[in-house]
Amino acid sequence: MSETSYVTVLDLAAGGLLLSAVLVVWRRDLAALVRLLSWQGVALAAIPVTLGAHLHDAALLGVGVGVGVLRAVVIPRVVARLLLHEGSPRETEPVLNTVSGLLAVAVLTALAYATSRSLVALDPTPATHAIPLALAVVLIGILVLVTRRRALSQVVGLLLLDNGIAAVAFLATAGVPLVVELGASLDVLLAVLVLQLLGDRMRISFGGTDLGELRELHE
Amino acid sequence: MGAGLLLAPLLAPLLAATVAAAAGWRRGTGLVGVAAAATILLAGVGLAARVMGSGPGAVVTAGMLRADPLAAVMLIVIGAVALLATWAGLDYLDGELAGGQTTPAGARRYAVLVSLFLATMVLAVLADNLGVVWVSVEATTVSTAFLVGHRRTRAAIEASWKYVVVCSVGIGLAFLGTVLAYFASTRAGSPSGALDLSILLARAPHLDPGVMRLAGGLLLLGFGTKVGLVPFHSWLADAHSQAPAPVSALMSGVLLSVAFSVLLRVKQVLDLSLGAGFFRVGLLVMGLLTLAVAAFLLVGQRDYKRMLAYSSLEHMGLLALAAAAGTRLAVAALLLHVLAHGLGKAVLFVTAGQLQHVTGSTAIRDVTGLLSANPVLGLSLAGGLVALLGLPPFALFASEVGIVRGAAAAHLIWPTALALVLVLVAFGALARHALAMLLGEPAPDPGASGAGPVGLAVASGWAARLPMVLGLAACLALGISAGPLTGLLHLAAAGLGAAS
Repeated sequence: MSETSYVTVLDLAAGGLLLSAVLVVWRRDLAALVRLLSWQGVALAAIPVTLGAHLHDAALLGVGVGVGVLRAVVIPRVVARLLLHEGSPRETEPVLNTVSGLLAVAVLTALAYATSRSLVALDPTPATHAIPLALAVVLIGILVLVTRRRALSQVVGLLLLDNGIAAVAFLATAGVPLVVELGASLDVLLAVLVLQLLGDRMRISFGGTDLGELRELHE
Repeated sequence: MGAGLLLAPLLAPLLAATVAAAAGWRRGTGLVGVAAAATILLAGVGLAARVMGSGPGAVVTAGMLRADPLAAVMLIVIGAVALLATWAGLDYLDGELAGGQTTPAGARRYAVLVSLFLATMVLAVLADNLGVVWVSVEATTVSTAFLVGHRRTRAAIEASWKYVVVCSVGIGLAFLGTVLAYFASTRAGSPSGALDLSILLARAPHLDPGVMRLAGGLLLLGFGTKVGLVPFHSWLADAHSQAPAPVSALMSGVLLSVAFSVLLRVKQVLDLSLGAGFFRVGLLVMGLLTLAVAAFLLVGQRDYKRMLAYSSLEHMGLLALAAAAGTRLAVAALLLHVLAHGLGKAVLFVTAGQLQHVTGSTAIRDVTGLLSANPVLGLSLAGGLVALLGLPPFALFASEVGIVRGAAAAHLIWPTALALVLVLVAFGALARHALAMLLGEPAPDPGASGAGPVGLAVASGWAARLPMVLGLAACLALGISAGPLTGLLHLAAAGLGAAS
């Protein structure tokens, strides 16, 4: 791969990562969120694959394929199971309307650029220049977590956060050591499975997955 | 021998989990779990003897595992509290099965998950690689999620959902911090072993300060979530109040302090990289805020399990103060505090679980005159609270004095004074609630709201009493003299780079 096309593909992948996060903030249809999550998984996997091809690193290519299978196929399928038997497939009364949501995204992206200056400065390469985009995805994940009320949306927010962190890891250091990557992937998968089962239990005992209904525990 | 001491505490709970998964819940498999806890304790003592025998800076390593004096102390804490909690778990599960509150499948899942929970905490303490430490701390969340939701009530489901979401976010931040530390470390040397704690320490002075500042803040917030430090403290009271009592004992007594021990290791790297001020300020702010939240929520508390949870929060705030001080005396006192708080809190949560079984309620106002109505539970609640309040001769008195002296020696006069005021507020609130529960007219019929004779029988069996008596006795003995433990604690503090 030539240097320019390498940089282009890398930037496209990081841009796709951010774009899918922005669309998550925009959309209210829960099924659409799951599809976006899948697309984001593809964009995320494209980063290690591109890096692996560029660095002629077969192990990194392998990690990229594994990440793709996990984040673009397996995890979205588990999340989609939260949609089965779901009465209303749309987000309930949003805390933040679409316009203010997108404005918040713009602010968070600027914030991501400001905070990651020291990261880019330490080692200015095409890969580290894309770190702010990944960091913005992390912040957008937190935004989704605090402004959405449905169980599925919260899980999607959590996964945005996680995908963003994984992207930072690939862009900054071409991935963490394999044992950590494996452990972290397993943890994410298990956490999503746990949340999916808890979502099922929640629907059975609360009759829905609106987290605004969680009001048993307070001071 | 060294490798065996490192592998045994990890393999024993994994074996216990396998046995429980294969054979289901019965007294025998429960005893395997107790034996696993005892193995962890013995391995901790063995490793302590090894590192103390070989002088300062001694470590025992085997592959990716590594035990220094701090790891030995933490293994002893995990083992001691787990011994109490798994033992109490025997009667807890038998009582639940007899009362129809859980099914054999539920009991099997409980036994498997508790053992896995222990294994993940042991790995968090023994792993040499910060990334693996992170993976195991995150795995504690996964393994305890269904334990918190064990009862399957609406409140339990709500608590476990919040627990998983809040802790995953917090620990996610810690992963970002770990990634950034790895980034800084690979740019300061070769990528191989760049996340090993020993290599991070050696490279600390050469790590890029800008990146490390970001990494340090994220690691403090992230691992601080699992400690229960403000701002990510909201999961703690919900999870502790809904989890089965022996699990609450493990979470409060061990999980929080295991996460804190990770913060101590991170602090050592960051102090060398950025100077002592950076982490100290962060710890002080988060610690004092945590103390304040705990103290004020204790004052108006109406639920005794939540009361115990907020008391844990208070103690974590104190640990943060001690770590911020960072003198050898303060850090040694911190570690004694961890052990004594773990034991005392385990006794109290187990007592609270039996109390809940007997009265069918966790409201403070539903419990009055406990000393005369049920002397066994009353005495163990009273004993546990006296220990927890830091009254002499219990160990928490010695450790709190040590923390205050250490903090004063580090010239943290104002923060220490503020902390003392908040501790006093918490003390008053706890004492008031405790007196209301222990004294006064007994409720007309303590078994009225559900538990019935089964609960009473379980609560008064001698085997159920033993963990409480042992826990209190250990707390008392440590308060009178920590014995050879004193040397170990000071060695651990020195190993963390604390100046005397």
